[in-house]
Amino acid sequence: MKKRKKMTLLQKRSMMGLVFILPWFVGFLIFYVRSLFLTGQFAFSKLTIDAVQGGYQLAPVGLANFKEAFFAHATFKQDLTTSVINMLIDVPLITFFSLFMAMLLNKKFPGRFVVRAIFFLPIILHAGAISEAMDLSAQMMNGGISSQAQEMANTAGNTLAFDIDYIISMFMNLGLPASILDYIVEAVARINSIIEASGVQIIIFIAALQSIPGSMYEVAKIEGATGYETFWKVTFPMVMPHIITNVVYTIVDSFTESPVVDLAYTTAFDKFNYGLSSVFSLVSTIVTCVILVAIVGFIQKRTFYYN
Amino acid sequence: MKQKAKQKVSFKEFLNHTKAALQDPDQRKSMGTDIKNLLVSILKFLILVGVSYVILSPVIGMLAKSFCSDADAIDPMVYVIPKNPTLSRYALAILRMDYFPTIARDLVYTLLTTLMQLFICSMVGYGFARFNFPFKNVLFALVVVMIVIPSHTIMLPLYMTFKEFDPFGLATLITGAPINLMGTTIPMYIMTMLGCGVRSGLYIYIFNQFFRGLPKEIEEAALVDGAGVWYTYFRIMLRNAMPAVITVAVFSIVWQFNDTFYAKLFLISPDVVISKKIATLQSVIANQDKIMSLTLQELYLDAGIILILLPIVLIYVLLQRYFIEGVERSGIVG
Repeated sequence: MKKRKKMTLLQKRSMMGLVFILPWFVGFLIFYVRSLFLTGQFAFSKLTIDAVQGGYQLAPVGLANFKEAFFAHATFKQDLTTSVINMLIDVPLITFFSLFMAMLLNKKFPGRFVVRAIFFLPIILHAGAISEAMDLSAQMMNGGISSQAQEMANTAGNTLAFDIDYIISMFMNLGLPASILDYIVEAVARINSIIEASGVQIIIFIAALQSIPGSMYEVAKIEGATGYETFWKVTFPMVMPHIITNVVYTIVDSFTESPVVDLAYTTAFDKFNYGLSSVFSLVSTIVTCVILVAIVGFIQKRTFYYN
Repeated sequence: MKQKAKQKVSFKEFLNHTKAALQDPDQRKSMGTDIKNLLVSILKFLILVGVSYVILSPVIGMLAKSFCSDADAIDPMVYVIPKNPTLSRYALAILRMDYFPTIARDLVYTLLTTLMQLFICSMVGYGFARFNFPFKNVLFALVVVMIVIPSHTIMLPLYMTFKEFDPFGLATLITGAPINLMGTTIPMYIMTMLGCGVRSGLYIYIFNQFFRGLPKEIEEAALVDGAGVWYTYFRIMLRNAMPAVITVAVFSIVWQFNDTFYAKLFLISPDVVISKKIATLQSVIANQDKIMSLTLQELYLDAGIILILLPIVLIYVLLQRYFIEGVERSGIVG
């Protein structure tokens, strides 16, 4: 018998690499590739679960589920548009807010560690279960006696001493376009949710700012650039690639907590309409991906890569 | 009288001094920058304090309310600091949530999954960072795809898979029927072991970036000294990747502890995942203790929320210094 051909050292190393990634690869095949395929299949069929024997039967129904989702379902289209609009409003706000905050936190100042610790608290506090419980209790309160926590949270937007309508009318008189004004007012009203959602983004931006070589700022200073110019000519282009990372993260994150996902969940596990739920999941995923590709493509064209 | 005169003189002196300073262009410029810098730092300070307040205010509110007694809760004069602080809210919340056994089980579950995440994700990240194999770039693109795909897209098939868990027909062969894993934590462990747990894609990405940044010479030295691949990875590379390990550990602990999506999907019992108990705490207290006043019910809910946040905040405070430094050095950013 012929002796088995020995592998070269390089081949051996590449085999080792495959061994290292093997667990993930198997998981990816089982949980992602197979699941995506199944979700696609469910969307085109009526699924009945056999309670006695276990298992499920699929009866192909063609496009019926899609028809129901788009033409018959009461809230799907509305939920989808709300999710998309919320996301489109939030993404630029969160990105710029977190970049701004990262620039403030990046400087050395006394008490830096305390402030940073506070700023990353939202990652902890932004827990699904806790906000659910608080929503529930707010619903039970039925708008009657407002709790102190809500009262205190609301003070950011309006207090008795501070009349926001006055400010708005002042800006109206200035002749600012109404659409821009609406956006700004909306942004101020959402400050809570924006701060809550930007913890991770601030971390990423701080890391990005730290990776900018100090010599660049030195050169800018020697050439006589002002702070404003330095920001637009040095800082902004250097963090541009990480803006993409953050935008992707923000979009995915805001979609996982959107009304569409809740709808898909309740349709599947409360109403047991698995086919329809799959349609909801698929459509919202496709919409997310299209938006992702569009926005990332748009930014990428304008991105400057240092390396 | 005398004092006043003295003051007047000093003020005059000051005025003269300022005038002189203003006439000299160099000094004027430096004074202008000084004032500008002062104003800018005051503005920064105000912004930081303001945003910190927005973040902290709900927590302060809950903390304050959880100590309020019955009388304080309806007393309009009480704001933030209760007049007669009481611990009875905590006592009842601990009793009704079965707090200590539950939190212990939850922490064991969270820490176990975190250990698995660390082990698997660092391994995969290392594999991608240091080895060359066919289709490496395509496979790494799949990791990014995994981060991007929202997990709700695959929730139904996951539910089906674990409801009738039957790997390669083994379960049917042994017990005669597929196993129902719903209501246990096993699905989560299985998914984490196969690198598909809560946000595993992100962790793989972080580890990959970090290992790519480490100098190759360390490994070469280890190889020359006769260390095998596994020895190098466990004893040398993982030790050097401590910042990345801490970053991922904090993320993983926090997100796993807060996760409700998978906990709901796999119907994991509230006895293991304490965050599920908080959703029912208010009605449990209403039904079992006959506390019908919504205002009072909320005080117990606040105490419950504080209790649930407590361990995770403690872990965070202990690790946060390493964590932020770790994020800065681990080059999430590459």
